[in-house]
Amino acid sequence: MPQPTRWFVKASLLYLLLGLILGIFQNTGLGRSLNLFPTFLHVLTFGWLTQLIFGIAIWMFPAHSKEQPRGPVWTGWTALIALNVGVLLRLFFEPLQSIRPSPLGGWMLIFSALLQWLAGVAFFVNIWPRIKGR
Amino acid sequence: MPRLTQYFLRASLIYLLLGFTFGSLILTQKGIPFAPFLWALLPLHVESVLIGWMTQFAMGVAFWILPRLGPTRPRGNETWSWIAFFTLNLGIWLSWIPSWNMVLPGRFLELFALLLFVWGNWPRLYPALWTVDRRR
Repeated sequence: MPQPTRWFVKASLLYLLLGLILGIFQNTGLGRSLNLFPTFLHVLTFGWLTQLIFGIAIWMFPAHSKEQPRGPVWTGWTALIALNVGVLLRLFFEPLQSIRPSPLGGWMLIFSALLQWLAGVAFFVNIWPRIKGR
Repeated sequence: MPRLTQYFLRASLIYLLLGFTFGSLILTQKGIPFAPFLWALLPLHVESVLIGWMTQFAMGVAFWILPRLGPTRPRGNETWSWIAFFTLNLGIWLSWIPSWNMVLPGRFLELFALLLFVWGNWPRLYPALWTVDRRR
């Protein structure tokens, strides 16, 4: 199992745990006032499911080439770092922005959006050439 | 990797790019409001990510790695899965057109596609069949 995959899978399991805890917390009074539902959804769909798919696909898909069987190394690491920093920024600033909006919080959400998009692009660049017959 | 899996996976990656782009634009608008009309992308974002990217990726990989039925037709009758691929994508496109009131037919097509896929691949969920083939 390649190094980025280990981190993808471990991080995805932590997000699963976090998502389930958020699911409970958002039904409390404080959770409702923080408007946690969008964050809860993205922790589960992006932090858990998408991250697990990314990690396993980078590991298991057909080899890119003999020299780089799992595609360009930077794509896996970029996807991993961008995805996790993006989700963590969102996890912190999305609820905060809903109760106490600030320019800093706004720019952090924009940065988070950019990082999450970059994670998708990096995964795309890694996997697209590895979709092949043999 | 069978040809149909390649189609499923390439389509799912295109939806990934679209869905992530829509989502990033919406989150940007949430951070610093500059174009409220971007909220109209929300249904497209949800449809692209949940059906176009995740579901389609899972279907493609399932068609590839589920147990094979035997040497002659390893994936059974592939026609059902091919029709499911085209129907699913037609369903997604239709559900992207809310102003034409095509969301409901789109959702029905998606459901129909999933049923066809399940119908076509259900026999592959019985490893006993493969064991019987090998014993012959």
